[in-house]
Amino acid sequence: MSVGIIMLVHTAFDRAEEVARHWAAAGCPVVFHVDKNVKDDAYYGFVKSMSDLPDTRFVKRHRCEWGTWGLVAATQAAAQTLLDDFPDVRHVYLTSGACLPLRPLQELFDYLDERPQTDFIESATTADVPWTIGGLDRERFLLRFPFSWRRQRMLFDIYVRFQRAVGYKRTIPNGVVPHMGSQWWCLTRQTLSAILEDPERKTYDRFFRKVWIPDESYFQTLSRLYSRQIESRSLTLSKFDYQGKPHMFYDDHLQLLRRSDCFVARKIWPFANRLYEAFLTDPDGAMKRTEPNPGKIDRIFAKAVDRRTRGRPGLYMQSRYPAEGRENGVTCAQYSIFEGFSDLFENFEPWLAKTTGARVHGHLFAPDRVEYSDGQTVMNGALSDSAKLRDYNKRAFLTSLIWNTRGERQCFQLGPMDEIEDIEWDIAKDPNAQISVITGAWAIGLFKSNRNFADIRKEAARLQQIESTHLNALRSEWAKARIRIWTMAEFIEAPMEPLQTIIDEIGRTRRKTLAEAPKMTDLKGFPQFLQSLKNQGMHPYLMGDFPIDPGKPDTQEPKPKPYLIK
Amino acid sequence: MASSTLSTAWLRYRLRWKRRRLLYRALRKRRQLSVVSDKTRLIQKEHIIAASTVRNEMVRLPYFLEHHRNLGVHHFLIVDNASEDGTSEYLAEQPDVSLWTTAHSYRLSRFGLDWLTWLQGQHASGHWCLTLDADELLIYPHYETRPLPALIEWLDRTGRQSFGALMLDMYPKGPVLDQPYAPGDDPTQTLSWFDGGNYMIQKQAPNQNLWIQGGVRARAFFSEDPRRAPTMGKVPLVKWHWRYVYVNSSHALLPRELNHLYDEMGGEKTSGILLHTKFLNTVVEKSAEEKERQQHFQNSALYEDYYDALLNNPDLWCEHSTRITGWRQLEAMGLMSRGNWI
Repeated sequence: MSVGIIMLVHTAFDRAEEVARHWAAAGCPVVFHVDKNVKDDAYYGFVKSMSDLPDTRFVKRHRCEWGTWGLVAATQAAAQTLLDDFPDVRHVYLTSGACLPLRPLQELFDYLDERPQTDFIESATTADVPWTIGGLDRERFLLRFPFSWRRQRMLFDIYVRFQRAVGYKRTIPNGVVPHMGSQWWCLTRQTLSAILEDPERKTYDRFFRKVWIPDESYFQTLSRLYSRQIESRSLTLSKFDYQGKPHMFYDDHLQLLRRSDCFVARKIWPFANRLYEAFLTDPDGAMKRTEPNPGKIDRIFAKAVDRRTRGRPGLYMQSRYPAEGRENGVTCAQYSIFEGFSDLFENFEPWLAKTTGARVHGHLFAPDRVEYSDGQTVMNGALSDSAKLRDYNKRAFLTSLIWNTRGERQCFQLGPMDEIEDIEWDIAKDPNAQISVITGAWAIGLFKSNRNFADIRKEAARLQQIESTHLNALRSEWAKARIRIWTMAEFIEAPMEPLQTIIDEIGRTRRKTLAEAPKMTDLKGFPQFLQSLKNQGMHPYLMGDFPIDPGKPDTQEPKPKPYLIK
Repeated sequence: MASSTLSTAWLRYRLRWKRRRLLYRALRKRRQLSVVSDKTRLIQKEHIIAASTVRNEMVRLPYFLEHHRNLGVHHFLIVDNASEDGTSEYLAEQPDVSLWTTAHSYRLSRFGLDWLTWLQGQHASGHWCLTLDADELLIYPHYETRPLPALIEWLDRTGRQSFGALMLDMYPKGPVLDQPYAPGDDPTQTLSWFDGGNYMIQKQAPNQNLWIQGGVRARAFFSEDPRRAPTMGKVPLVKWHWRYVYVNSSHALLPRELNHLYDEMGGEKTSGILLHTKFLNTVVEKSAEEKERQQHFQNSALYEDYYDALLNNPDLWCEHSTRITGWRQLEAMGLMSRGNWI
């Protein structure tokens, strides 16, 4: 057989045996290296269980710890034995006990037969790889790493810092260019034997002994010296998480693995019975070939890293609770806030709903209850209309509402009579918020109310104070929302233009001119009302200028009214 | 800076003593337990252990045991707090249950925690250990295809020692008394609804855990007094060490590093869900008993209204309740996360 297998085993011997028998049944010789950390009885048990297979060998055991030379030494020993004992072998495939062949072995043999001179080894210069963990890329080769990263982290770090501080740099022997890549390769006899029999091997070994994670660089670098043709990719599917730890494959990955274009996958969870069954025991039926789609696998794993490191914007939950400024979006989607519009326009909410197709709520932060659209008492996600629940954690209320209604734009009304205190800054800082304010429009409500003027005056002063503070937040340098502010006087002069801009930005109705305007409330007498406030010593300024000019031909012009004289 | 380092050190020192005090408490309370059936010699090195305090749970236990056995729990450590419905006899017969019994106060044992702390220290140190109530069923991403050994292998590999879960109150559609349930049935067949998006979170000093409230009980019973709404975040799965201790039910632990179940940089850590089956039709009867015994809250008088509402056979369903379809749904809704465990 032209393909020989090296298998590095340190655990799950039953699975290793299963896979080894699979290779052996196809005629591949298998050379095992068992980690020296494995207890002797487990080791001898494994040796015994494999003893019925003639073309298997066990080599001298080295202590294999992640990131250390032991793994390379083990591979060298196994490769030497494989090349010496099985002269027919042309390609040597390095695997581990947690590897699982994904495709019928014959396909692999055919594939390699067609490429007898090609070495399959991922091998890139340090400048070109993105996957270095711990900030050590080129320094892996330039510093010395006598300490274990896992067991002696403190010494490891101190020694790295020390070497950096004194400016220590190793010289790379014979000017070879360090390369790195996946440690799971498939090399030709020519290349592998050239590496093992190199007269300079002692020099290289001495050098790589103190390199960090040499199993990712020893063969990757040296094969560049001898290979006639390198294909820089691994035939083994192997995925790493963002901390550089290998991903496991489980039963539920079966369909995904079928889409891989690789011949072997690792690491397989030892108890993934379905995977082992599907890929090992039924060579014809189970290997239902699906069109390889490695891109899909890559995308899924890239997405997983994204979820772990960036998360879903606007989501606050038990395992995602970003610190302030780390939210990556306070809320998950855009929403619109209207201040003063429903005071100025009589039918603003139904009009807005009709024009935009968005969900339009009343005053969500009203003092007595949450005014959801259509008078609902509970919203998506079973969000209650209780003002106390809402006020208990306003930010949670708002972010939940936006999260629960993903896919449907939310609009709501806000005003100084609402409970805006603990929420106004969150809204102002949220880039997803579109805030449109008609300042002073709250006065219309007072103007139309049937209250004693002394109360009105007091209330007007209070609301103006609140809105003024609120405007300071909206105008502050930290505000990130899209904010538009008009005084009431400004707005009623030409209401259609700002409305059009706001609606366009909501973006449901693309570039459609507004067919219908909302109905503005009757403001007859409003300037006099403001004047009365002034006369009482209160200074209403947020509305803008409403001059009392009897000659001015506008809506404020009192029209003749029928009245009765008794 | 110096003063904040100093105050952190002082806080850590105080918390260390608090932990020791709680451990000592558990040590004293061990005398309240009498052994019924000790099968702990069956526990092997790699085994996963579950610990629970129960009282009159004959209705729930068959499914509770089955569910967690299927997940890969090897051994249960259970304290029976004076059940009268055959719970004790039933548990004593189970091959994988070690049972202790006590008639002492549940409340004074910190809701059973003192007893469990002692048993966990004795039998679960070095093991991954689930601390659950009988009305809680743990699920997590991929739980159908990846049993607990896969999860803990992943947690070990990523350097985690604890795993958080949100308690999700499940309820039926219609008055709770009207929904039939037979022991051994999957309770989510009747309790198939939950509140999907009304949770409120605060970070709590000094234990640095998240205080999560919300769900149907907050909506239906505590809308006038949200502060008293039940805490929904739990840390049910911990790689136990005899020095560890739960502080407040199983919502938080000391040392506080075990409460770091959330990412603060914007990412998502892997987390699970405890399906809470409180609202089976037995809830009305149980609430009457709980109200009478005053064993479930530190200040039970404040929860009279809550019990009265429960005694009224409430219908908890609302038109924005969500029907459970599986873990993928819960994950998509953001109630739990796979993190990068895919």
